[in-house]
Amino acid sequence: MGHVISDLSKYVITVFMIIYTLECFVAVATKKEHERGGVYIRQIICMFMVHFLGFAAICLETEDVSYIIFYGFQQILLFATIALFRVAYPEADKLVINNMCMLLTISFIMLTRISYQKSIRQFIIVTVSLIIGLFVPFLVSKLKFLKHLTWIYGMVGVFALLVVAVLGSVTHGSKISYSINGFTFQPSEFVKILFVFFIAGLLTESKSLGQVVISAVAAAAHVIILVFSKDLGSAVIFFAGYLIMVFIATKNYFYLFAGILGGAGASIVAYHMFSHVRTRVIAFLHPWSNINDSGYQITQSLFAIGTGGWFGLGIDQGDPTSIPYVEQDFIFSAVAEEMGVIFGLCLILVCVSCFIVFMKIAMQLKEEFYRYIAVGLSTIYIFQVFLTIGGGTRFIPLTGVTLPLVSYGGSSVLTTIIMFSIIQGLYCIQSQEGKRNVRKERRRTADREAGEE
Amino acid sequence: MFGKKDEGLQIGKQEKNNKKKERVRNREIVIVTCFFSLLMLAVIGNIIHFMVKDSEEAINNAYNPRQELLATRNVRGTIYSADGEILAQTVRSADGTEVRNYPYQNIFAHVVGYATKGRTGIEATENMNMLNSHASITNKIQNELKEEKNYGDNVITTLDTALQQTAYTALGVYQGAVIVTEPSTGKVLAMVSKPDFDPNQISEIWDELVNDSESSVLLNRATQGLYPPGSTFKIITALEYYREHNGDVSGYSFSCNGSFSYEGHKIRCYHGQSHGMVDFTKSFAKSCNSSFANIGVQLSIPDLQNTCRQLLLNTDLKTELVYKKSSFTLSEYDTSYAVMQTAIGQGQTTVTPLELNLITAAIANKGKAMTPYVVDRIESATGMTVKKTSPQTEAVMMTEEEAAFMSGLMKEVVESGTASKLKGLSYTAAGKTGSAEFSGNKSDSHAWFTGFAPAEDPQICVTIIVESAGSGGDYAVPIARRIFDTYFGTNY
Repeated sequence: MGHVISDLSKYVITVFMIIYTLECFVAVATKKEHERGGVYIRQIICMFMVHFLGFAAICLETEDVSYIIFYGFQQILLFATIALFRVAYPEADKLVINNMCMLLTISFIMLTRISYQKSIRQFIIVTVSLIIGLFVPFLVSKLKFLKHLTWIYGMVGVFALLVVAVLGSVTHGSKISYSINGFTFQPSEFVKILFVFFIAGLLTESKSLGQVVISAVAAAAHVIILVFSKDLGSAVIFFAGYLIMVFIATKNYFYLFAGILGGAGASIVAYHMFSHVRTRVIAFLHPWSNINDSGYQITQSLFAIGTGGWFGLGIDQGDPTSIPYVEQDFIFSAVAEEMGVIFGLCLILVCVSCFIVFMKIAMQLKEEFYRYIAVGLSTIYIFQVFLTIGGGTRFIPLTGVTLPLVSYGGSSVLTTIIMFSIIQGLYCIQSQEGKRNVRKERRRTADREAGEE
Repeated sequence: MFGKKDEGLQIGKQEKNNKKKERVRNREIVIVTCFFSLLMLAVIGNIIHFMVKDSEEAINNAYNPRQELLATRNVRGTIYSADGEILAQTVRSADGTEVRNYPYQNIFAHVVGYATKGRTGIEATENMNMLNSHASITNKIQNELKEEKNYGDNVITTLDTALQQTAYTALGVYQGAVIVTEPSTGKVLAMVSKPDFDPNQISEIWDELVNDSESSVLLNRATQGLYPPGSTFKIITALEYYREHNGDVSGYSFSCNGSFSYEGHKIRCYHGQSHGMVDFTKSFAKSCNSSFANIGVQLSIPDLQNTCRQLLLNTDLKTELVYKKSSFTLSEYDTSYAVMQTAIGQGQTTVTPLELNLITAAIANKGKAMTPYVVDRIESATGMTVKKTSPQTEAVMMTEEEAAFMSGLMKEVVESGTASKLKGLSYTAAGKTGSAEFSGNKSDSHAWFTGFAPAEDPQICVTIIVESAGSGGDYAVPIARRIFDTYFGTNY
């Protein structure tokens, strides 16, 4: 009986996901906040249904009721997050809160299905991250001195990356993490935020050629350390984030094209210098003839997506664990395999709607420093989504980065939640200022009118 | 009063200015937003492209572990012939062990293939379809309650058991291949390759088959056997000559005394036979090597290359059948001897029976070759059609007029030429024979026949090769006749 129900549930899950995604874009397109109320409620219902059906399928497939308790905890956490963010920050963008919770929901379902143990670990980390995240918008709006720490961000970032490059432990051929008391950190994740603050600070000070050169050298330092740690994905993400920030700040197309050319040149050099870069490119170009070695991951990922089909094989009915590191680098393929390609495409669109909202927030920010931070963080976010999904579907070579909020990995999820919260914080600053300005404006007109009387 | 109005206007203007400023300020952000959004749409487009175009082929790969997963859940589907006979089925014994059973044993060995020790034939190309189940939900619930496996989807082929059996028996003890198609659709009605094997015993005979490098039993000669075309290549030579003379070959005549010499090289007719005065039609009907060598040296080689390309030699085919590419290598820099040899089908050219059948079917189908296929449709265990193959044009090989001309030539081969064993039957056949010499020893030749019937409204197209048998007229034509007889329901 379990098979049949989980077989059916995949269609229902797909329908709810489609409705959720459509509502995302309705929300993006609706200008007035007060007209969006219904959208958010409907989204929360869809999210609840996806979560419920996902866990119902897992319980029926495994015939293990202990998942129900876990499900209950997750449900509490998700509702608490939505409620607390809304109460604490009435100005915050509710679509972003919903999307964050939706992506976490998908993550909970898939990770539970892949590994119960890992999903519990992840759940604890997510809980802690959300608690931290709850304070972040407040801190961002209150701690005005954050603007003046430019070089500290840079130095701490480079130092952290250097420590890993020298002392870090090797995982999957890359030196990207180090352990303290059993906790494994992946500093490149946290340094992303520091890096964005650093570059934003530099570009707020000045946009002169000299300053751009200084920032370029500093950015190159980050990227080069990452390349030597064989963390190619992060290197490319830092580079893309830097390039877009410089472009937005200077509005200079020359920098943009020079950067793209430089990046292309550096890629060619990297291709010739590092064998692991070559391996990735070859696996991308000829996966089928290298199916046994370098092409193994990507072909397994394509098998998963293709076999799953538009509606998926059903939760717990596929074989996602045949893809090496599925819970980190290939979580999208696992989602597509079991919940369907249509669901997967909706997931991409949810990420895109997050990005668009972030950029809209950036547009409204008047203060340059905050504006650059918003642009930098959103770019880093969407580019990471692009790298991991594009890599797993053979659109670009594999770089081995996580899908923010969905993949397994504490550093990744904590960093992403903080990133989301920072942008929420910036948005709150903006709307508070806006309100203050409106109030001021009103007072001024009132004064004027009183004077004229 | 006025002052207030003015101020109001000014505030309005200011607001407008502010908006404009904001737009200018945000232009780059808008550009970046659009760029990344489009980039993600490209990712989505690529996934959709993969799903629609490549996924089916990709997942049907031995490295895809989901195949075993599906096999534990669904019973592999059955392969049926077009007339509803079972060609392959999975038989479950009481203890749950499954055995793949092939009721026709050796007869469909190559085209249906086998599913243990690797997969070949339809068992390979339709593997995923047979492992998947599109049984109805109620059916699945019933199976679930009974704790039974679901039944995978069934494959209904285009193969006809009567034609297949006739072809199989007619080829007798010879090695070779037969392929029978329907020219208007590309349906493969029969496909035989010999030597053959019994797929029921594949595990037991496996070592023997693999170690035997000489007769290559596992090779499907109908689609993968590359043979010299012999005189069947004269179809191409004749078509090229017709093209170069703008459809008028009435001026052609040749006096055959059993051989033709050109630039110090000599081409002989089959068994040195002298054909006397021959025009174009007679040259073709009698398969006069001397006359065709004479035609060959008059042809433009680049144009001949073009024609060969148009007839899909050296070209990848769209078909799902596993095939080898036929090859035509003659160039302008080759000697005139090579040109003469090629013109009569004895040069470097190699073709598969499938390729020759495609050309013949195009002649039968007004110049249009249809993509050959063996799977008509996929049905769920409960009989619902999951997928149906619709006929598809492989290539337009020649004009209708050219096809009609070639058809006339091939009719004459039956009327007054080398395929006269097909003359005077209840149907009119058309075709071309060939006796392809394949070794230095001139007495050894492969017997070819490729043709169709009825000539006026072709319904069936047959290509036969009988290895090391002798002349096409003596060994291949009688097989064609038995197949035609079976198809048209006549027994003499």
